[in-house]
Amino acid sequence: MAASLNLTATADIIARASALFEDLSFASARQWKMAEPGRKVVGYMPIYVPREIIHAAGMLPLGIVGGGDQLEVIHGDAYYQSYICRIPRSTIELGVSGRLDFVDGMLFPSICDVIRNLSGMWKLMFPNVYSRYFDVPQNYRDDTGGNFYVNELIELRHDLGNLRGKPISDDELRRSIATYNENRQLVRDLYAFRAEKPWQAPAAEVYLVVRAGLVLPVEEHSAMLREYLAAVRAEERPMRDNCRVVLTGMFCEQPPLNLIKSLELSGCYVVDDDLLLVTRWLIGDVAVEGDSIENLALAFLHHSESTAAKYEPNQKEKGQHLVRAVKRSGAEGVIFAAPSFCDPALLERPMLQHVLKDAGIPYIAFKYAENSGQMQPIREQAGTFADSIKLWSAA
Amino acid sequence: MTTATKIVTSRAPVKEVIKDASMVKQKEMMAAHYERLTSAPETGAKVASTFVPGNLNELIMCFDLVNNLPEVNAIQNGLRRVSGSYVLEAEKIGHSEDVCTYVKSDLGMMAKGNIAPNGKKFPDPDVLLLSYTGCFTFMKWFELLREQYKCETVMLHTPYMGDGKITKNMIDYMVKQLKDDIIPTLERVSGVKFDIDRLREYLRKSTKAEDDLVHVLQSAKAKPAPIDAYFGGIYYIGPIFGAFRGTQDAIDYYRFLREEVDERFAKGQGPVTPDGDMGKEKYRLVVEGPPNYTSFRQFWKMFYDEGAVVVASSYTKVGGVYDFGFRHDADNPLETLAEYCLGVYTNRSLPMRIDMLTNYIKEYEADGLLINSIKSCNSFSAGQLLMMREVEKRTGKPAAFVESDLVDPRYFSAANIKNRLESYFQMIDQKRAGAVAAA
Repeated sequence: MAASLNLTATADIIARASALFEDLSFASARQWKMAEPGRKVVGYMPIYVPREIIHAAGMLPLGIVGGGDQLEVIHGDAYYQSYICRIPRSTIELGVSGRLDFVDGMLFPSICDVIRNLSGMWKLMFPNVYSRYFDVPQNYRDDTGGNFYVNELIELRHDLGNLRGKPISDDELRRSIATYNENRQLVRDLYAFRAEKPWQAPAAEVYLVVRAGLVLPVEEHSAMLREYLAAVRAEERPMRDNCRVVLTGMFCEQPPLNLIKSLELSGCYVVDDDLLLVTRWLIGDVAVEGDSIENLALAFLHHSESTAAKYEPNQKEKGQHLVRAVKRSGAEGVIFAAPSFCDPALLERPMLQHVLKDAGIPYIAFKYAENSGQMQPIREQAGTFADSIKLWSAA
Repeated sequence: MTTATKIVTSRAPVKEVIKDASMVKQKEMMAAHYERLTSAPETGAKVASTFVPGNLNELIMCFDLVNNLPEVNAIQNGLRRVSGSYVLEAEKIGHSEDVCTYVKSDLGMMAKGNIAPNGKKFPDPDVLLLSYTGCFTFMKWFELLREQYKCETVMLHTPYMGDGKITKNMIDYMVKQLKDDIIPTLERVSGVKFDIDRLREYLRKSTKAEDDLVHVLQSAKAKPAPIDAYFGGIYYIGPIFGAFRGTQDAIDYYRFLREEVDERFAKGQGPVTPDGDMGKEKYRLVVEGPPNYTSFRQFWKMFYDEGAVVVASSYTKVGGVYDFGFRHDADNPLETLAEYCLGVYTNRSLPMRIDMLTNYIKEYEADGLLINSIKSCNSFSAGQLLMMREVEKRTGKPAAFVESDLVDPRYFSAANIKNRLESYFQMIDQKRAGAVAAA
C-alpha cells in the first residue's frame, strides 16, 4: 500500500516537473509574477549566475536554456549562420515570439563568444529589458579576480535594487544565501542518491526535477526535491544490468530529454553529469554570516565546479575533476556529449580524453543539438559502449 | 613604388605579383623576425608565445623575449596553402571539425614537425603568455598548447566591454594581474628584471607608429582611396599587430608606408593590387570580419576586378583600435596596456561594433557593408546577421553577406562568393540609379 502511494507521489512529481519542462510559455513564472503587483522576473542563461542576488531583490530568477526540441524556430534561424550552435537561435525565438515578454531583466554569463555576443543582441532587440553581460574572473586570487568579482557583484546588486526601486539589504542577501544553500544541499543529496542507486532515480527524472528549479521559486523547488527524494527512497524499482557513466559536455545547450532516456535504455546509468550546473555550481554552503557579497565571491573563487568555460591555471589539475567525479560516483566510463559547434566543450574534449586515458577510464564521444530527433545512432553507440564495459569488467 | 615579385604557388606555377615597396619591406621584416625566432636555440633567446589581440609586445620586449604569434603562423600557413593539411592532421588526432581552424592549423603544424615559414623548426616556447581578450577560444588554445609544451603559462584576463565602457574595476583588475602575475612570471622565465622606464620608452615608440598607421588607414576617406583598407590593410597592420609594436623598425615602416600612401594620394592613384594598379574605383565598401587566407588573392581579385575597394574594415582593428584616439600612454604604462587590451575590436560589445561600422560607412562615404562571415570564428561571427540589418537600417546602404573560413580551404567556395559579390555590386548600382532617379 505504501509503495503504491509512493509510486503515485513519484509519478505526480514527475508529471508536474514534465509540465514545467514542456511549457514554453513559462506559465508558472508568469503566474508568480501576476500574483503580486510589482513582482519582477530576471532571466539568466547557462552556466552560472548568483541567483541569490536576484532572489534577495524579491525577484524570480528564471533559467533560460534554449527552446528544446519542441520549439519551432522560425525567426531565430534568421539571426544565425548554420555553423553556430542552436541555443542562441532558440533563445532569440523565445524572445521575438513574445514568450519572454514578462521578463524584466536578462543576464548573460561569461561562457563563450556566442552567449557573450547574444548579450549585445538582446540590448538591441529588447531595449526596454535590463540586459547585462555577467562577467566573472578567470583569475582566482582573492585580491585580484576576487576584488574584480566583488565589484561586479556590487554593481549587479545595485542594478537589481534600482530595477525594483529599493536597494537590496544585507539581511535580504543573507536570507537568500541560506535559502539557496538548502536548495544546493538537496540537489547534492539527490545526485548522491542517484550515484548510489541509479535505478531508483532515473536520469531523465532527476533531470526534470532539477530543471524545475530553473522556473520555480527556490522554496517551491526545494520542496519538490524533498518530496521526490522521499518518494524514490521509499519506492522499489527494478535494477538493470547497466553500466555506470558520467555525462560531460552538456553544461550549456541542453540535450533532448529523449537523449537522456535513450542512454539509460541502451544500458548506461547516468551517475553524474554537468547538466544544469547553476544548481550546484557552488560546492558546499556559502557562508551566511559576514559580508554576503564577499561570501559569494569566495565561494565562486574557491568552491565552484570545474568546466570548460573556466581557465585551469594548474596543468596537473586539468581534467582531474572528471576523474574525481568518476571515482566519487563509482562510474565505469565517461560519455562526452557536446552540442554541435560548442567551442568550450569541443576544444576541451581532447584534453579531458587524454586525462581519462592516462587514468584508464574508458569513454566515448558524440555530438547533439537540442532538437536532435534521431536517437538510434546514439543508442547504438551507447549500447556498444555499455557492452564493452561489461565485457571488459568481466574479463 | 611598386615591385614585381615571382610567387610560386601550388596552383599557378609562376606568376608575377605586384607589391608596394612597403609590402616588400614588411615581408623582409617578417622574414627577419622568423629568422630571429627560429634561431633562438642557437642565440639563447627566450621565446614567449602570445596572441595578436591584446598582445603586450612592449612588455615582452622588456624581458628580451622573442614573440611568437600562433595566429600569424596559421595565417602564413594559410597563405602558403599548407594549413589545409594541418587542419586535417589535427582532426585526425581528435580535434572537432566544428572548432577554430587557427587552433587546428597550429596543432596540426606541431604534429607535423612545427616548421616555420622559413623552413626551420619553431623553438618550443619558454612561456605561454595568454593575454586573453576578445575570444574565448584563446583560453582553450593555450591550455591545449600547455598540455604539449608543458611550459610555464600565465594569463592576463581582459574583461569584456559588455556595457560599452571601460570601468575602473576593469583597469584595476588588469593592472593587478600585470603587477602580481604577468611581470613576476616574465621576470622569472627570462631572468631579466623589469624596468618600467624601458617599458615607457617602447610605449613612446608605439605611439609614433600608431599615429602613422591611423593616417594611412584614414587616407581611404579620399576618393579614389589610395589604399585598400582590408586586403591591403592586412599587410599594413602586420608589423604593429605582431612583433614590432614599440620598435624603431615599426616607426620606420609606418613612416615609409605613410609617405608611400601620401604619394599615391597626391597622384590621385588607387590601391596597388597583386595585378598592378587598380582601375577606376567603382564601389567603396566597408568590410566586417576576417578574410579567407587560403584563397586570399583569389578573394581580393573578385573585388578589384569589379572596381571595388574596401575603404574601412573591422578586421584591421582586431589587434588594436586606434582611430578613435587611443594611443599607448607612456605616462601610465600598465594602465595603458590594460586599456589597449580592453579596446580591441572583438572585445567590444555588439552595439559598439555596429556603431563603428555605421560610422565608417558615413565617414568613408562607402556604398555599403560586406560581411565575410567566418565559420570558425564565433567571436566575430555570432550576431553578424543582426549587425548587417542594423547597419542597413541606420545608413540606408545595402549590405551583403558571404561565408568562408580563415585557413580551412574546404570552406572557400569561390563560385558562391563571386555570385554573391556580383549580385551585391548590381544592388549597389540599382540603389544609385534609384537615388539619381529620385533626385
